[in-house]
Amino acid sequence: MKILVGLKRVVDYTVRVQVKPDGSGVAIDGVKMSINPFDEIALEEALRLREAGKATEVIVVSIGQQSSMQQIDTGLAMGANRGILVKTEKPIQALTAARVFAKLVEKEQPGLVILGKQAIDDDASQTGQMLAALLDLPQATFASKVEVDGQVARVTREVDAGLETIEVDLPAVITTDLRLNTPRFIKLPDIMKAKSKPRETLELASLGVEAGDHLSVTHYAPPPKRQKGVMVKDVPELVAALKAKGLL
Amino acid sequence: MSSVLIIAEHLNGQLNQSTAKCVQFASLIKAEAIDVLVLADDPAAVAAQAATIAGVSRVLTIANAANKHALAAVYAPQIVELAPSYTHVLGPSTTFGKDLMPRVAAKLGVSQISDAMSVEDAYTFKRPIYAGNAIVTVKAPSDKPVVATVRTASFAAAASNAGPAPIEAATSSASLPKHTRFVGLQQGGGDRPDLQTARVVVSAGRALGSADAFKIIYDLADKLKAGVGASRAAVDSGYAPNDMQVGQTGKIIAPELYIAIGISGAIQHLTGIKDAGTIVAINKDAEAPIFEVADIGLAGDLFKIVPELMQAI
Repeated sequence: MKILVGLKRVVDYTVRVQVKPDGSGVAIDGVKMSINPFDEIALEEALRLREAGKATEVIVVSIGQQSSMQQIDTGLAMGANRGILVKTEKPIQALTAARVFAKLVEKEQPGLVILGKQAIDDDASQTGQMLAALLDLPQATFASKVEVDGQVARVTREVDAGLETIEVDLPAVITTDLRLNTPRFIKLPDIMKAKSKPRETLELASLGVEAGDHLSVTHYAPPPKRQKGVMVKDVPELVAALKAKGLL
Repeated sequence: MSSVLIIAEHLNGQLNQSTAKCVQFASLIKAEAIDVLVLADDPAAVAAQAATIAGVSRVLTIANAANKHALAAVYAPQIVELAPSYTHVLGPSTTFGKDLMPRVAAKLGVSQISDAMSVEDAYTFKRPIYAGNAIVTVKAPSDKPVVATVRTASFAAAASNAGPAPIEAATSSASLPKHTRFVGLQQGGGDRPDLQTARVVVSAGRALGSADAFKIIYDLADKLKAGVGASRAAVDSGYAPNDMQVGQTGKIIAPELYIAIGISGAIQHLTGIKDAGTIVAINKDAEAPIFEVADIGLAGDLFKIVPELMQAI
């Protein structure tokens, strides 16, 4: 089967994002951009499934400006077979992304779509679930373990109460949690080999997708600042400070 | 005028406090009706609990063996069937709501507001992005249903002393899929206060060095009658189970007192504790970022400080 994997271009997780003073956005010009960490985990899982003989082809997809091709390049260097950039100049919201993936699923007919559970920029955690809904497919979110056995996947999910295991019939959508795997490093020969792998660019407008960008962001603000705290020098001082606040 | 449908979260016959938080959020929208929907194999006990939440107009129940476990693909069609009667459909921003609500939103053809932390008006909300480093004001269109998940740490629970509101059994004609099946749930276990609702939380990081070392944390928590949390690094290292993780990709909590022991204070962790009443930090490194948000900080060796603290309380 084919596995479709989404790779979103996001601000690198190490960057401490600042809000622009006029509240019109975040200041991310020139900052380091990377594949969303959860998406790297998604790709790693797809590659392992292919290496275990459960899949034949791993296709990486990114939606964004031409710069998102960098993330496709990285995905191909990690080991994906081919890449698709769905090009659009403006940022899109999860419903639009889900509709785009739905079109690609209809075209490619993968047995699995593996997406990150959330993007670390918008922290929305919606695209995978929305895609599953649009196509009436099963969803297995926040996956920390995936086992594929024929036409069924058994997925362990990290939930608030602990670890939940469900079974889903394929084709299905899986979203990855942090502990699913540790993505492999890319070696220089892989980057060279990836140069000749097929890359396709599609214009978002040509896909016939109804835009689902209904939310408008009217203002950006920095988080409320906590009042400055105090340093105490030993345990007795700590206990006194807590008692003074009525907490002990 | 707005009317709100809240999807109740429950487990083993117990209503989750996240539902009362959603009711509190809904009351800020000044809706003319706030209904709570309980999907379960046997909803009676949970419905009775929901009916006492102040502000609830009505509790709807759909009893079905297929509803025994909260499978998003099974719950969503039943919610979608009821949705046209409401302007807002809400769930908590817990793994339950995060799994379920986007599926509902997509079926209704609308975007979702995830992790709403404030109500500016019935269609305008604030929510955190970039691990809480930016707070955006988001406006939803007023001619479409609003689907949102509620950031439980940002709201008090509506009081449970009301009514009770009427409980009505409903039936669904939605076709329910068989492609998703529950296999099992391995719960964290223990009778410590639940991390998401505990008044006091003691939390530890990778500096503890081993799962065994966590014993001093559990002992301190027991003494303080506290819940126990852990940083992502500690969970990744195998020192604590995943359901203890606090942070951007774990639980977002707001205890009255949060004691962070051996936690450096990465941005992703801080976003999980920003709404705590008082943050205490104990760390060997006086320059650790955790001290930037701590109300009370003590730099020193946790393996000396924690036992001393145990003696002093």
